Amino acid sequence: MTLPGFPDAAPLAGLAGGVLIGLAAAIMLLGAGRIAGVSGIAARAVGLSESSLPRISAWAFVTGLPIGAFIVLLAMGGLPANFASPVLLIIAGLIVGIGTRLGSGCTSGHGVCGMSRFSQRSIIATLTFMVTGFVTVALMNAMGFEALR
Amino acid sequence: MIGRILIPVLSGTIFGAGLALGGMTDPARVRGFLDLFGDWDPTLAFVMGGAVLVMVVAWRIQPRLARPFFGEGFTLPGTSDLTPKLIGGSALFGIGWGIAGLCPGPGIAALVIEPASAAIFVVAMLCGMLAVRIIEGAV
Repeated sequence: MTLPGFPDAAPLAGLAGGVLIGLAAAIMLLGAGRIAGVSGIAARAVGLSESSLPRISAWAFVTGLPIGAFIVLLAMGGLPANFASPVLLIIAGLIVGIGTRLGSGCTSGHGVCGMSRFSQRSIIATLTFMVTGFVTVALMNAMGFEALR
Repeated sequence: MIGRILIPVLSGTIFGAGLALGGMTDPARVRGFLDLFGDWDPTLAFVMGGAVLVMVVAWRIQPRLARPFFGEGFTLPGTSDLTPKLIGGSALFGIGWGIAGLCPGPGIAALVIEPASAAIFVVAMLCGMLAVRIIEGAV
């Protein structure tokens, strides 16, 4: 199914993927009593966070992410993947690492878990990173900068 | 054992599958969403909407439970403190997200889809986290 006016959008796959992400976060919340915030859990796994989450649990969650993606990769017989150049990936990775630690969360922790809890700080954090994301892409486009190969 | 390992690995696996199915492991898809003033791709809004809808229900169930199904208690962040650090950090995160079209979850999940590129991003991200750790430890 396509969306009128947006021939490239994949609304049904997006919605299905989103429901799975919500289910995953719900399992973490109701099953283990924890927030499924990827930046915090990844930091905890490598020992860069003092969170009370056991490190074995952090590793279990982080390991699951590529396993799940791999299952979909096999089921679909391939997935599109257009990545930026190594230099841009390094710059972006550094900024994402610094920003998510200072901001106490990313798209999953603030965007999915926090906004659904109607947490004021998560809603403001999400609006903030969406706006700077919009502006960043707009500026790069305006400068004629092709980020992706 | 169930709460410490099986629940997190199950959650992570379903999370990763959702990211891949929703197209979030393709940076072009994510940057398409962030290209609001250009050739906008609303797919990410459907991903976020679906995830938030399910979690709204989960947050309605959570207060009715004395404790999680496989754990001793809920460990949840406070919801009040709105600091310049939170806003500044989030603003920075959005810039990095926009540059490469990757946030932490899809970066890690994509390790099996485009291993070399994803690994560069993830290692750089961990270096960024380490930098914050070092600076905060020194202050």
